[in-house]
Amino acid sequence: MFKKLSGTPYMLWSIIFIIVPLFLVVFYAVSTKDGDLTFGNFKRFADPIFISVTVRSIYIALLATVVCLVLGYPLAYGITSVSPKYEKLLVILLVLPMWMNFLLRTYAWQSLLGRNGMISSLLKLVGLGRVELLFNEGTVLLGMVYNFLPFMVLPIYTVLKKIDTKIIEAAEDLGANKITVFMKIVLPLSVPGIISGITMTFMPAVSTFVIPALLGGGKYTLIGNLIEQQFLLVGNWNFGSALSVILMLIVLISAAILYRYDKQEERVNI
Amino acid sequence: MRLIKRFYILAIIAFLYAPILFLMFFSFNQGKYSGNWEGFSIHWYVKLFNDKQIMKALYYTVLVAVLSSAAATILGTMAAYVIFQMKLRTQKLVLNVNNIPLLNPDIVTGVALMALYASINLRLGLLTMLLSHITFSTPYVVLSVLPKLKQLSKDTVEAALDLGATPFQAFTKVILPEIMPGVIAGALIAFTLSIDDFVISFFTTGNGVTNLSITVYSMARRGISPEINALSTLMFTTVITMLLIVNKRIEVKDI
Repeated sequence: MFKKLSGTPYMLWSIIFIIVPLFLVVFYAVSTKDGDLTFGNFKRFADPIFISVTVRSIYIALLATVVCLVLGYPLAYGITSVSPKYEKLLVILLVLPMWMNFLLRTYAWQSLLGRNGMISSLLKLVGLGRVELLFNEGTVLLGMVYNFLPFMVLPIYTVLKKIDTKIIEAAEDLGANKITVFMKIVLPLSVPGIISGITMTFMPAVSTFVIPALLGGGKYTLIGNLIEQQFLLVGNWNFGSALSVILMLIVLISAAILYRYDKQEERVNI
Repeated sequence: MRLIKRFYILAIIAFLYAPILFLMFFSFNQGKYSGNWEGFSIHWYVKLFNDKQIMKALYYTVLVAVLSSAAATILGTMAAYVIFQMKLRTQKLVLNVNNIPLLNPDIVTGVALMALYASINLRLGLLTMLLSHITFSTPYVVLSVLPKLKQLSKDTVEAALDLGATPFQAFTKVILPEIMPGVIAGALIAFTLSIDDFVISFFTTGNGVTNLSITVYSMARRGISPEINALSTLMFTTVITMLLIVNKRIEVKDI
């Protein structure tokens, strides 16, 4: 009796608050304001304006992911090779900024790069005059890299840490040089870490609306901003829901691609 | 080579910390604009504590975090116990549903919940924000309790039942003490997620009820506001102090 009863609250909860809301979104997406079924919302999405926003969202999220990987992999690799005392400290230093509120971290860049900010003031001192460094693609990319870099480094670090040093020693004994050891052993073994790093960077980057809103100044719109506008400003929940369904599809498809890649790697390793 | 490595690591750490330290430094600035030092002053802190809107947001942030993490911990622990005893196939299905809020983009979870509240005519406000926070943090509690249950030996529970304990007693006296580390970890995750949440709260609150993240967002959209610098400094020092205390306690226990 107790066994059965204790589970019921959460089962009910997940039906009401997880499953029903998703069905509502799908329902809104395929219906008009009056509740008639239609594909009009998706047809409207086919407009070049909305397609270009979606392509831009995927493009900038991919770019941020690549930058995070290029910056983060050497960092994770570097951390594993310092003395244990510093290693622990470095990991703490890496995690600490994530405890700071996401909005505040993004705001920090707004005040650094703004017209009256630090960097603009420094440029004025040198005699270059004040410049507006905010509100372009570069600052949005910077905001993404800054916020999501630890998400890339930590999983890669965890995987690198688990690699058995005996394998590396064996390879070295058998005459492999450092580059061969890295390319043939360390890199393939760290693929699971890279995959989860990519997932944890790309997913929040493709769906964010805060970073472009604060650092893009409304001039740089991503799909997240479109959804927010449709729900809170325009009040067209049907089109907003269609956009949400498309965003979910993007996330699902990229997750499926990454999952497949992960599985293939496993097979190769065996 | 070693020099390059050290320089690289330090450069990235500097990149991560520069903006935060910069905010903290200029929170003591007399003037409004960062980058232009006009002398030491704590008047932004005074202004912060006299700002009714921010203080109200702080109150709601803490209130929602305490209530939602408590509810999520109870709900999630009970659910984990039942999921643990399910057949493998049902277990998989329930866990897949449990994972939806984790995998779905926050903005979709936010608008979906907003649509739900609208469809049952629930006015957006404190209650809806609370319900949403419980919804997105309970899955994390389930995921942090479940591994602890799997480590549990089935014999102890059976022994308790054989010796005449009711299932409820077996749960509270035998199982709960064993899985406590997972429950506490889950509660901490739920609390932190709630304190830090912006996107889902943004869509599911209204009626003048806001949390700190929403307040920071609306202030930042209007432009630079040095009160936010003061707020950042206070929040960051609170986090560091809490982490230091937790670390100290763990070290003492280790010895």
